[in-house]
Amino acid sequence: MDPEKPQKKDKKTAVLQGNEACAKAAIQAGCRFFAGYPITPSTEIIEMLSGEMQKAGGVFIQMEDEIGSACSIIGARWGGKRSMTATSGPGYTLMQEAIGFAAVTETPTVIVNVQRGGPSTGQPTMSSQQDIYQARYGSHGDYEIIVLCPSSVQEMYDFTTRAFELSEKFRTPVILLSDEVVGHMREKITMKPLPKDTGEQTRVYASSPTEDFFQGANSMVEGQLHDELGRRIGHIAPKSGEFINKICSKITDNIKEIADVEAFCMEDAEVAILAYGSVARSAMNAIKLARGIKDDRIKAKFRIVKDLFVRGVPATIQTDYSHLKVGLIKVNTVWPFPEEKIQELARNVDMVIVPEMNIGKYCREVKRALWDKTVISMPKCGGEIHSPNELLDRILEEVWCK
Amino acid sequence: MNELYEKYIKKESLPTLFCPGCGNGIVQFAAIKAFEKLGIKDELACVSGIGCSSWIPCYFKMDVMHTMHGRALPFAEGLKLARPDKKILIFTGDGDCLAIGGNHLIHAASRNIDLTVIEINNYIYGMTGGQKSPATPEGAVTKTSPFGSYDEPIDGCSLVAAAGGTYVARWTTAHPLQLEKAIAEGIEHKGFSFIEVLTQCPVQAGNNIFGEKSPVAMMARYKEMTYIYKEGMEIPEGKVRIGRIKHDTSRKEYTDKVLQKLEEKNIKKGQSNG
Amino acid sequence: MADITIDKACCKGCDICLSICPKKIFVRSKKRNDYGTNMPEAVNRDACLFCGMCERLCPDGAISVRKTEEEKEK
Repeated sequence: MDPEKPQKKDKKTAVLQGNEACAKAAIQAGCRFFAGYPITPSTEIIEMLSGEMQKAGGVFIQMEDEIGSACSIIGARWGGKRSMTATSGPGYTLMQEAIGFAAVTETPTVIVNVQRGGPSTGQPTMSSQQDIYQARYGSHGDYEIIVLCPSSVQEMYDFTTRAFELSEKFRTPVILLSDEVVGHMREKITMKPLPKDTGEQTRVYASSPTEDFFQGANSMVEGQLHDELGRRIGHIAPKSGEFINKICSKITDNIKEIADVEAFCMEDAEVAILAYGSVARSAMNAIKLARGIKDDRIKAKFRIVKDLFVRGVPATIQTDYSHLKVGLIKVNTVWPFPEEKIQELARNVDMVIVPEMNIGKYCREVKRALWDKTVISMPKCGGEIHSPNELLDRILEEVWCK
Repeated sequence: MNELYEKYIKKESLPTLFCPGCGNGIVQFAAIKAFEKLGIKDELACVSGIGCSSWIPCYFKMDVMHTMHGRALPFAEGLKLARPDKKILIFTGDGDCLAIGGNHLIHAASRNIDLTVIEINNYIYGMTGGQKSPATPEGAVTKTSPFGSYDEPIDGCSLVAAAGGTYVARWTTAHPLQLEKAIAEGIEHKGFSFIEVLTQCPVQAGNNIFGEKSPVAMMARYKEMTYIYKEGMEIPEGKVRIGRIKHDTSRKEYTDKVLQKLEEKNIKKGQSNG
Repeated sequence: MADITIDKACCKGCDICLSICPKKIFVRSKKRNDYGTNMPEAVNRDACLFCGMCERLCPDGAISVRKTEEEKEK
């Protein structure tokens, strides 16, 4: 056999659900501890990992609640095992204190939030993007966090792997902010093997012990503000301020490395759609529709249009969008907010539409970054994703009104 | 400074934040004595929650996790499952363990996971300034029960014994030798060990509940109000039962159960460590 | 005679040692510890039984009782 040729084993394709892809990726990324509590719509992750994790020689435990899950993954990480938990809606709210603890103690860990409609029990079986702020500001106090937002099953797989890499490098909890649509969708994906380990990984940390337990380093993991040896400094104002700045700047200073923003058809675009998560799929199709791009999935798109016709929205089908020069800015790392990248990509457009499955939260950040452009929020609550025609109609409307 | 104390305590962190006469220091020294007796400093890590009692391990020269209020047990469970070969000691208080962390305590005990919990019961919330705790006696006047506490106190030892903990003991700070022995026994015991220590809080509980501020008088009172239980004995009316309450070696420990199952299925533990 | 030392930096002056010693070796002195309270002082050291209760019950690990050379020979 030719050793140069990529072997079948290296590249595997499969049709998987988003949640399953996340579970598979976690094991491949070296996650060896999973604690969880069943909650719709993230249950498939815990179901799959209950067996797979143990088969891979790792630990699986179903905890008594989400608080316990979030706490035990932090404990396990200090025991030297890469760890992860997955949850949704109310479970994610329960985990907030532990996320703050992981941020202040600089514990690398991954938390998957498959978003569902809220508040409270809300819409357990419907999708939403309502946790976008909670992912960033959920725990009390000041801290920075990395949040990745996948929009396809392939991205669910890739971003889970990246989440582990980022969390280890920047010694921080990383949130994988998926949603019900991505979590329950089945798509064909390619499972790429991990790049070979290049020896000692560089760590970026602010001011905490970094040695795992039982290495003889006498690591002191302290939830109070602390110095590099874990001694508390919470009662000394200048040192505490310095600590907060350090813990935030370790993320914000490396934003160039962390930020992942994709652009489609932005070269000549006059109007941009800025989207993240599952809404970005719809936006992508909207752009293909307007630009007349045909690909394998164009048939699927037509089906969507036909669907709309059946449901009694015939007007949208006859509309001609071909004169619209629309582009897409797809934000993959929603937090830390990739301000510079968005500014750079949206440099030449006049108008930015921000469709979201919430009351228009992320748009506030976009408005702040693109203060000199017309930024239009396009919220949609209720659990349904924006259709491509809906997006384009709104753009038409806005362009005409201008 | 005491030689043993010097060996286990981070000198630069002294003085401890405990008030003069606080029983936490006595428990701390008993734990140190137990470590010395077992000679397992490197095989041990401490986890604690929030409260006065949870500050005890923060002065130890070893791997320590000072975590969230009530959540010491899940943190410890994660650590234990990641490193089943090591011993974990948990310091927690009556509020930390029985109020906010009550659910975790029940579940950890029912799993019979190999952890040793030292629950330091001073009958009150000390750090926040003397509010009612789940262990506060009925009728006691505290900052949050101005007309006397309405709740009946929760007995941590009975709770853990009922939930499935396999080593349960209760001692007071007036019994330092027995306490030291119990801690050593608890660490060595393979299974969930729970040791409740009645300690004096001369500042908060002393003022509000017992009406005496002297730590010595409080310790004498603890000696008086307790009765050392031995098998077949009856506890006199109104006395608190102390001593070894439960010691069951027949129940299987959680990590053992997991490892055994994996062995049956031909899976090697920690095949590829992440 | 026992070699009893009380660490000024550790002691908080709680007086537990005063009443716990079966031979009442400790008395309150006018010396102040770093905490700012009155420190105990060990007098009548010959009476020491080496029971170790003062070491065990000192909440701050301030007391250290050692046998002197002549005591070890006994």
